[in-house]
Amino acid sequence: MSAPPRAVELGLVGCTVCGQVCRAPGPLAQAACPRCGAVLRRRKAGSLARSWAFLIAAFIFYIPANLLPIMRTVSLGDVDDNTILSGVVELWVKGSPDLAVIVFAASIMVPMLKFVVLATLLVCAQRRSRWAQVQRARLYRLVDLIGYWSMLDVFVVSLLTALVRFGFFSEVEPLPGVIYFGLTVILTMLASMSFDPRLTWDTDKDAP
Amino acid sequence: MSDEHKPGPYDDLPEPAVRRRRLNASLIWLVPTLAALVGLSLAVKAWLQQGPTIRISFASAEGVEADKTEVKYKNVVIGRVEAVDLSEDRKRVIVKVALNKSAESFATAGTRYWVERPRIGLGGVSGVGTLLSGSYIGADVGDSQERKAFFVGLENPPAVMRGAPGKSFVLHSDDLGSLDIGSPVYYRRIRVGRVSSYQLDEDGKGVTLRIFVDGPNDRYVTRSARFWNASGVDVSLGADGLKVNSQSLATVIAGGVAFQDPPGPHDTTPAAEDTRFTLFADRATAMAPPDGPGQYVRMRFDQSVRGLAVGAPVEFLGVNIGRVVSINLDYDAGRQRFPALVGALLYPQRLGRAYEKLAAAAASHGGEEGLLGTLVAHGLRAQMRVGNLLTGQMYVALDFVPNAPKATFDPRAKPLELPTAPGSFDKLQEQVVQIVDKVQKIPFDSIGRHLDDSLAGLDGALKQVNGQLLPQLNRTLEGAQQTLHSANGALSADAPLQRELGDTLEQLQRMARSLRALTDYLGVHPEALLRGRQDAPPPPAPPSPGRKP
Ligand SMILES: [Zn+2]
Repeated sequence: MSAPPRAVELGLVGCTVCGQVCRAPGPLAQAACPRCGAVLRRRKAGSLARSWAFLIAAFIFYIPANLLPIMRTVSLGDVDDNTILSGVVELWVKGSPDLAVIVFAASIMVPMLKFVVLATLLVCAQRRSRWAQVQRARLYRLVDLIGYWSMLDVFVVSLLTALVRFGFFSEVEPLPGVIYFGLTVILTMLASMSFDPRLTWDTDKDAP
Repeated sequence: MSDEHKPGPYDDLPEPAVRRRRLNASLIWLVPTLAALVGLSLAVKAWLQQGPTIRISFASAEGVEADKTEVKYKNVVIGRVEAVDLSEDRKRVIVKVALNKSAESFATAGTRYWVERPRIGLGGVSGVGTLLSGSYIGADVGDSQERKAFFVGLENPPAVMRGAPGKSFVLHSDDLGSLDIGSPVYYRRIRVGRVSSYQLDEDGKGVTLRIFVDGPNDRYVTRSARFWNASGVDVSLGADGLKVNSQSLATVIAGGVAFQDPPGPHDTTPAAEDTRFTLFADRATAMAPPDGPGQYVRMRFDQSVRGLAVGAPVEFLGVNIGRVVSINLDYDAGRQRFPALVGALLYPQRLGRAYEKLAAAAASHGGEEGLLGTLVAHGLRAQMRVGNLLTGQMYVALDFVPNAPKATFDPRAKPLELPTAPGSFDKLQEQVVQIVDKVQKIPFDSIGRHLDDSLAGLDGALKQVNGQLLPQLNRTLEGAQQTLHSANGALSADAPLQRELGDTLEQLQRMARSLRALTDYLGVHPEALLRGRQDAPPPPAPPSPGRKP
């Protein structure tokens, strides 16, 4: 075996909270850190299941988030209900292509990217694949980093709602779509948080 | 791979403590399940709200936008425009509308759709709200239950909503005037309804209008109601002067219909729905008693017809019984003259009771023409007279001319020709000339001179009065005043004259007393007359002056 040894091979386990290293010769069950009392685990508990669950829920909410209008703008009596996509189109048509690109990236591309990346990571981890492990690790860091940045739409809507309150002539009102969109973003964040990146490297059949 | 208990340098590390097991991780699958349920409920809700889809054809899609324009009934949103397309022949636009589930009854035959957009017309501004809220498609549901998916949209909002309280009536008129759909209907100058539609008659000889009078004011439309066109200002300059008549400023601009009951006894039963009425040109015509059939007569005037216009009244003994309908020139080759042929329509029924009696009499004279013949024999002639000296408007008067030259009258002629008498205008001119002559004969100069002299004499007389008579009069009056003054002084209670009189009377009394005392003394002592008085008690001392006895 050319690879450097891992904690499990050395019969050790580290506390994820305080960093205390303990001896763990056998399979870990109902173990707690002797120092801080946190639950000791070799890997995050049920990481794959949690990630899958959150990811699937996020994907389900992503459908109404895109179909339902997220925001109603009223300007001079012209009532305009916009979904994410129609908002992007309108921004583009009305001469703000840069804004359109940003909103498109944040609200359409990033969530989609998260779905694809998380799904890939999960599938590969489940199959203990050795394929492109380094890149997968990088992807995970990327997904984790993006995190709440795809909340952009939610931020925009809440900001506009707070700012533009000129009564009859101009008004911005959030619509249910924005809730589903927010839920989607939160659930993808939870999914990426639940994923244990160490699983990417657990390629052995008998790994925990 | 990993050996059980491999000795190593970490054996002195602590053992983990044993803890009880936590909740089952599979509960996490509740999250996606919940999400799925929410998504499903959304889908079900959307599916339940899905109503029928209809297509409406419009002439133009102005103000209609896909995904944005709403369909409203009584300002409640009942659907939304999904798509706007051209029809296959490109003549109209087809608007695809997704109705709400609750608005299924609007996809039935009889429902009317129109685009409500701001409209600025003579009748006013409508749909102002849509300026701000954007256009929308208005709907008015019908009674029908028959399903329908294709509609032809109205170009204008319907004047009357279905189910609105009120009644609709049919008016018939010669022309539309300035009326339009939506033109107001007035009752006593209050707006109570509007014109809902109009169309040409089948024969093209008139216009039929439908009006709608809102409840509860529809009850004022009685069976004998008279309708007239209240459009515009009715200015007429006729033989009877200048007449200006208008209903209101709004009708001047936009036109309108007014109605009212005729004066006098009439049927006040409210008229039934769709009752037919005549729309008169103006109020006077509407309120006039019915004319009955007109009788055309022709008159031949041997004089200028200047001032006589078509429409000029024909009066019989001052009662308007018709109007002039035509004025033409004829040529009399024999006399080298151009007589004027004036045609007129007479409405004998306007004579009222006289007509009834005349009709009875006509029966014994061989019809109306025979009666007319008798009247002509008695001197009935047509004359042109000046109706208005200011404007020179003429009218035709039918009057009995005394000592009229005999005229021929053919009662069987078609048209009837009434004999004429020289117009009053020539006579009037003559009379005016005579008056002017007489006026000229008045010797204004000498009158003036005499008046001057007389005035001078009067002036002198007045001066005399002023200068001589008045001072003397003044003095006399002063003297009289003085006399009266002295008289007043003498007669007043505290005047000296009065007091002196009183004193005198008192002294006189005293004297009388002493005299009595003396006579009494002498009666007892008569010798005293000779010897003088002895010492005897003296007579009582006279009382001090002013002391009453
Ligand atoms: Zn610890």
